[in-house]
Parts: sequence; structure tokens; C-alpha cells
Amino acid sequence: MELIYEISVNDRRGVRLPASDVPAATPLPGEYLRAEPARLPELSELDVVRHFTQLSRRNIGVDTTFYPLGSCTMKYNPKAMEEGARLFLPFHPMIGLLPGGEALSQGTLAILHHMGELLEEITGMDAVTCQPLAGAHGEMTGIMLIAAYHKAKGNRKKYVIVPDSSHGTNPASAAMVGYQVVTIPTDTYGDMDLGAFKAALNGEVAAVMLTCPNTLGLFNPHIREICDLAHAVDALVYYDGANLNAILGQLRPGDVGFDVVHVNLHKTFGTPHGSGGPGSGPVGVKKALIPFLPMPQVVRGKDGHLAISNDNPQSIGRMANFFGNFGVIVRAYAYTLMLGREGLIDVSEKAVLNANYVMSRLKDVYDLPFDQTCMHECVFSASRQLKHDIHAIDIAKFLIDKGFHPPTVYFPMIVKEAIMIEPTETESKATLDAFIDAMREAAELAEKDPAALKRAPVTTPISRLDETKAAREQNVCFA
Amino acid sequence: MSFTPHTPEEIREMLAVIGVGSIDDLFRPIPKALRARSFDLPPGMSEFEVMTRLQEMAAQNGRVVPFVGGGYYDHVIPAAVDHLAGRAEFYTAYTPYQPECSQGTLQALFEYQTAICRLTGLEASNASLYDGGTALAEAAMMALRVTGRDRVVLDGAVNPFHRAIVRSYLANLPVEIVELPPVNGILDRKGLAGKLDDRCAAVMVQNPNFFGCVADFSDLSAQVHKSGALLVSAVYAVSLGLLKAPGDMGVDIAVGDGQCLGNHLSFGGPAFGFMAAKKQYIRNVPGRIVGETVDREGRRGFVLTLQAREQHIKRHKATSNICSNQSLCALRGLIFLASLGKRGLVELARLNRDKAEYAKSALAAVRGVSILFGAPTFNEFTIRLPKRADDVVASLLKRGVAVGVPLGGYYKGEENSLVVTVTEKRTKGEIALLARELEGVLWN
Repeated sequence: MELIYEISVNDRRGVRLPASDVPAATPLPGEYLRAEPARLPELSELDVVRHFTQLSRRNIGVDTTFYPLGSCTMKYNPKAMEEGARLFLPFHPMIGLLPGGEALSQGTLAILHHMGELLEEITGMDAVTCQPLAGAHGEMTGIMLIAAYHKAKGNRKKYVIVPDSSHGTNPASAAMVGYQVVTIPTDTYGDMDLGAFKAALNGEVAAVMLTCPNTLGLFNPHIREICDLAHAVDALVYYDGANLNAILGQLRPGDVGFDVVHVNLHKTFGTPHGSGGPGSGPVGVKKALIPFLPMPQVVRGKDGHLAISNDNPQSIGRMANFFGNFGVIVRAYAYTLMLGREGLIDVSEKAVLNANYVMSRLKDVYDLPFDQTCMHECVFSASRQLKHDIHAIDIAKFLIDKGFHPPTVYFPMIVKEAIMIEPTETESKATLDAFIDAMREAAELAEKDPAALKRAPVTTPISRLDETKAAREQNVCFA
Repeated sequence: MSFTPHTPEEIREMLAVIGVGSIDDLFRPIPKALRARSFDLPPGMSEFEVMTRLQEMAAQNGRVVPFVGGGYYDHVIPAAVDHLAGRAEFYTAYTPYQPECSQGTLQALFEYQTAICRLTGLEASNASLYDGGTALAEAAMMALRVTGRDRVVLDGAVNPFHRAIVRSYLANLPVEIVELPPVNGILDRKGLAGKLDDRCAAVMVQNPNFFGCVADFSDLSAQVHKSGALLVSAVYAVSLGLLKAPGDMGVDIAVGDGQCLGNHLSFGGPAFGFMAAKKQYIRNVPGRIVGETVDREGRRGFVLTLQAREQHIKRHKATSNICSNQSLCALRGLIFLASLGKRGLVELARLNRDKAEYAKSALAAVRGVSILFGAPTFNEFTIRLPKRADDVVASLLKRGVAVGVPLGGYYKGEENSLVVTVTEKRTKGEIALLARELEGVLWN
């Protein structure tokens, strides 16, 4: 398909701007001006509309296709949330920060404040900031809070412990805050190896970052013991909320001993993933960390009105331009209000039911490295198929031809040829059955006609792409 | 309300396949002692009830005529932006890990990267960052990586919110941040000279700066490069319809907030941050990058590339921890730029400056008001009042006008100053109202 720059026609005009009702200003001196206009495309509005509509048809999303991308919780995004977010589009964040501006922002501040309260109850934490703009941004905020806590106590800490099954963002976030990362191997049950953890734990450990259930979709029964061991050396325990969908209403990280939590509103709370964002990663903390929360904060004054607080000398400072991805937070707020207590419990129940159903129906044809009841996702290995030179990626591409978005492949890294399936709670048994049939067909083809899998996908506008060439040539901008 | 489709019969069938008696049995791996102690949430509501509630909450926000910026700007957004970005194939997809079924997103991001490169005059754009402030912080970390040095110099005329984010990001690293107080509303060149040594990784400026002042950093870049540091410039994307591109000034890394490109104010987000750099630094750029390649039949296609920089491969050695970015907002930025087109962006920039210059004259004519700095401006300018700006702003808000951002909270000694923003959406009538109300508050 042509690039938008290739369909550009000199002097064609699209959207018109308002006519000027003021005199033209004296031009700026030449040294401040650009020599020639940026080479943006020149198109009619219809050209633009057709181009992007055609592009959209080269994509699939949750609304078109089952999307069991493990670790990403690609659940249905209810449409009322989109309508709700529209109501708040005209409000300028700067108004709230002006002297006297809080009175003009009570509605938007109330959403931030109430969403924070709801998330406190959901996670069992004492306070929540909605400022972080994505999950990894929440992780970084959380580790910065932990660093501020240790600094205030005069603790000398150097290390952050992560299991080798963790998301890549965990070690990356810890490193960005200046910590050295210690990686703990996984034991035969799929949990962080307790012996190795104990051996690595010492007074210089600042934090332990855990995903619970972990990225294998398994619940670690030693979670409280790990928290207690960490606390004994004044290391704090971080809960990566990527998999919160599995335990909504069943377990609260705060009750178990976690000190800091981030929540992915774009996963657990149904906000759309936007082809890679925007997300939102609110962070919840226990009491001891409240003094360090980022600013500005929304607080309720004695008169009941909401106010914006900027005067917190121990705060880690600012993590985002304003109050976070407000439009995403409103969507999640609408989601939480619609589902309510029973609805959120139903989410975890059906998410876990769906994942175990898929796991049960596929484990005779795919290797299941950790064969036990899973939570919201299950991780297979294509190692059996590897004997026929079929890799996880070949199965993934075949699934595209069968009308599915593939599961996550090659993650977690500790599973060879990993195929990580997260069906989510909003999918029906009929959809799961169709997907299971396709997965079983792939397993059968691996034995009988591996070449067919190697050819896949054949139904897409393009076939498999040469990624090496892309990395070598680094052509990232149209000439 | 529930969005799960399961019927009781299906649940029974599924449990039978799994081999357990109830859904509760599936939660047995969680020991009883660890179960939730509380889950005290309100009962669910229908979407109609929730919408009614949200409408009530939206009605609690007041509407005023905004002459404020602070990094977020009230610009026109063509209707096509909402409609096209509202295509579910875009907004309900995720990061394009599987390129064959994500060419829509990947090609759009490649076109976006191209647009950012052409706007900034640089060669390597990523596929978006969170926002303008975090993009600036990422640029600081990138410059530290590239140079192996340990100091960044921040012009005090950079947006104070964005400077605060840089301070937060670098707080725990063995790095020194030098903030140079501006002189007459612009970078203190003399003060800078003393800081340009072999420790300096980056000099970070903004154009137009927080006071609205416009600069040409061409000679600055030569000076900065001589010391071995990088020049990082934050830019206001709309101004690039008119102003010299950072790449043409010798800037090494340009960043900015993409809100002004087709993203709604939405009380501060979501929008996106952009970053473009000289090609030689591409391996140090944070975040996703889309690259062109071919498929097995030789057809052009696009993939996420240079992933060896990223957290999911490199873990603690990655260039950044960023995973989800702001793709949909970047797509909006591209649709906005394509809708306006080459000449439209120039017109938009010119319109902003014309209106702002008109407002500048109108406010300068108000008794007791003076224009604070002599440097040329784009669509923002700083005025000084004969009274505390905080009080004036608060009084004017009650009259339905947000006159500007008071500087007192960010710059000592500037308690009487404020920055006024005038976009193309402000009419001659609104500007007259602003001048009249300001006069009224100052002298009645």
C-alpha cells in the first residue's frame, strides 16, 4: 500500500482553518524562520480518510478478532467508556493549577480522587497516585518511591531482586532508578526459587519485584513468606499488577504484605490498548510510603472540596506533565462503576475458568512445562513441535490465517519456544473452542505437513517480513 | 453490569473438561489465609446510570476562555482525527508484535516517524513516548548514555513541569543537574560557558521557551558541540510551521509534546511525547522504532526494529523501560498533520502568531501592563502587572477568563508576571474581552 507521502499532490488542500480576524503580524526576523515548510503531505480530506481507513483494515483488534496475547489482558473494551471519556475532552489541565482554578475543576478532580479510593480498596493499599502514564512508568514510580523511603531512613541499598520469569520492564525500571538487578531462577514448580532468593537477600536489597500470579500464570503459595523475609531486612516488596485480572476480589496485594503496587488500567480495567498505548499505571502504596508520592496530588479539604496539593517536601516530584492519562482514568472509572463489586469478582472467575479450559484442552498436544492449575493464563512450549522444525512463531503465523491474533510467543524467556495464552473473561466458550481447534490443527500439521506452517500466513496483505534487513538498513523515515 | 458471556450450561461443560467441581476449586492454589480481607466496592451500575453520573461530574467543571498553555494548547482538531482514530482496528489493537496482522499500525507509525523527522529536521524518530516532560527526561538519560558524562545543564526557561520531571528521573543516579536561571527571559549564555566542560553531557533548552521567547540556537549548538556535549531542544510542534527546525540549528535530540497535534486537552492526557535525533544516535533512542523492510515476495512492509535496545530483550541493560507508549495519540498527530498538510501547518502557525501579536498589543495598551521581555515570541508572551498575578488570575477566572499562567510559583521575584497564550481558536472578540476584564480587575 502506498505511503501517505506517495499519494500527496502538490497544492492539494484539505482541512481549512478559521479565517483570521486580526491583522497580520510583522514577520519574525529571518534567522528564526525555517527555510521551507516541512514536507507534509498535501491531500484532500477524503484522501486522508480513505488512506487511514485502508490502513485500519490492515490491522486486527479485539473488536474484530480473538486476541489471546498473554500478559496483555486483551479483554473487550466496553463502548460506554469511550462515550464517558468524551465528556471531559475540553477541560484544560492548567485551569486546575491556577489560583482559584480548583473550584472550576471539581468534576475532573473528583474522578481522580474517587478512582484512587476504588483502587485502594481493590488492591488493599493505603493511598494511590493516578499519575503514572503506563505500567512501566508505574514500576519506575514505585521503585523511586522505594528509593525515597530508604533514603529518608538512611538505609544504604544497592540491589533490586527480580525472578527470571519477570517482565523485562521490571529490571529495566529498577536499573533506571540506579539499582543493580539480581535475577533469581525459577524452581521446578514455576515459582521463584526460594533457596536462591534467601541466599541473595541481604541488608543491601532495596526491593523485591514480583508478578503475582507470575508470568507463567501460576500463583506462588510462598508469597507471604517472601514478603516477610524481605521485610526482615527492610527490603520492600513490589507488586507488578500486569496480572491483577486473575485475582480481582480473590486476593489483595496489600493484605499479603506487598508495599507498592502498580495497576495497568489498560489491562485489568478494560481500557483499550490503542495499538500500543495510551495506557495508565496508577501506583498504590502502604502508609510508610505516602510522604513520597508524586505531585501534584488531589486531596479532599476540610470543607469537602477537592484541592490540588503541591507542598510535599519529601515527594519524589513530578512524573508526568499533569495528572496522568486522565482520559484513560475516566474510562477505567466508568468500567469500575459499571462492574461494581460482583462484576469485578466475576472477571477473575471467568478469566481463570477460560484459561484453565484452554489449558486442559491443549495439554495433550503441546508440552506444558508446569502442569498445574493455572490462573488467568497458561504457558505452553512448542518443544514437541520443534522435532519437526516447527517453532512457536510458525504456529503463531498459522493462527493469523485461522482468524486469530496469536498468543504471546517467546515470553517468558525461561520457557523454550513459549506460547503464552491469556483468553480473558470476555470470550465465549464457542470462541475458545474455535481457537483450540486451530491450535490442535497446527499441532497436527507440525507432524504431517510442516511446510504448510512454514508458509503461513498466506491470508494477510504481506507475508513474513525480513526483520534482519530492517535492523541492518535502519530505514526508519521515508526519504 | 457484566461483559462475560458464559451461560450456566457452558460453565458446567468447561468445569467438566477441566475436571473440577466449581470455579472456586480453580482458586485453590491461593491459600485461604491469603484471600482478600475486604472488597468493599459499590454494586454495579448500568451504562445509562454511569453515563448520567459522568455527565453530572463533567458539569461540575467550569468553562472559561483559556489564554493558558503550560505545555498544553487549545488548538482546532479536524473531525476526521476523532473518526479515524476511533476505528476499532486501531484502538482495540495492541503493540504490533505480529507485523503481518498489524501493518495498519506499523505503516502509520512509519509515516508518523517521517512526519516528526520532517518537522524537526532530524533523521531518527521513535514511535512516541509518554509526554513532553518524560520525553525531555529520556533525552537527558540518552545524552548521558551517549557521552558517558555525568552532568546535564537545564535552561531555567524550560517548562518548569518538564524540568521537575527531569529532576525526578535523574534523582537517584550519580548525575548532577545544573539549572541556569534565565536572564531577560532567555538562556544565560555567559553562565552556560562556565558549565561547558568535559563533565557536561547535554545542554537542554526549549523553543519557544516557557516565557514564549523564540530563539535561534545555531551558534549555541556549535559552542555545545565543541565541548563534546549534545544539544537537546524541546520544541512546540505547531510553531515548527514557522520556526527554524531544530535539526537546522544543529540540535542533536529534539523532543516535545504532541498534544498540540490533534490531541484533546482531556484534563492533561492522554497525548504523546515525540523524540527525534541525529541518525548516529539511533541505537541509543528509547522506545519503539518502526523500520521498513520486505516480505518473502519482496513487497514493502514494516516491523518493529532495533529491538535489541528494548526492555523485553535487554532487560536491565535496555535504553529505557518504556513498553506501552502513546501509539493512538501519535496516530492522531499524524492524521492531524496530514489533514492540515504542508501549507495548513504554516497557516496554523502564522495564525497563532498573528493572534498573539494582536493580543500582545491589546494587553500592552492596558494601563499598568507591560510586556516583560524583548525577545520575539510565537503564540505566548509574558506580561508584568502592577499587582500580584495570582490575585488577578483568580479574579479573572471568576469572570470566565483564564488570563494566563502566573510565574510567581516557578520564578522568584516574578510574582507580578504571567504568561499569556493565544491560539488560533481565540477570537478578536475574546481578546477584547480579555483586555477589558483585565483592565477592570486592575483598576476597579
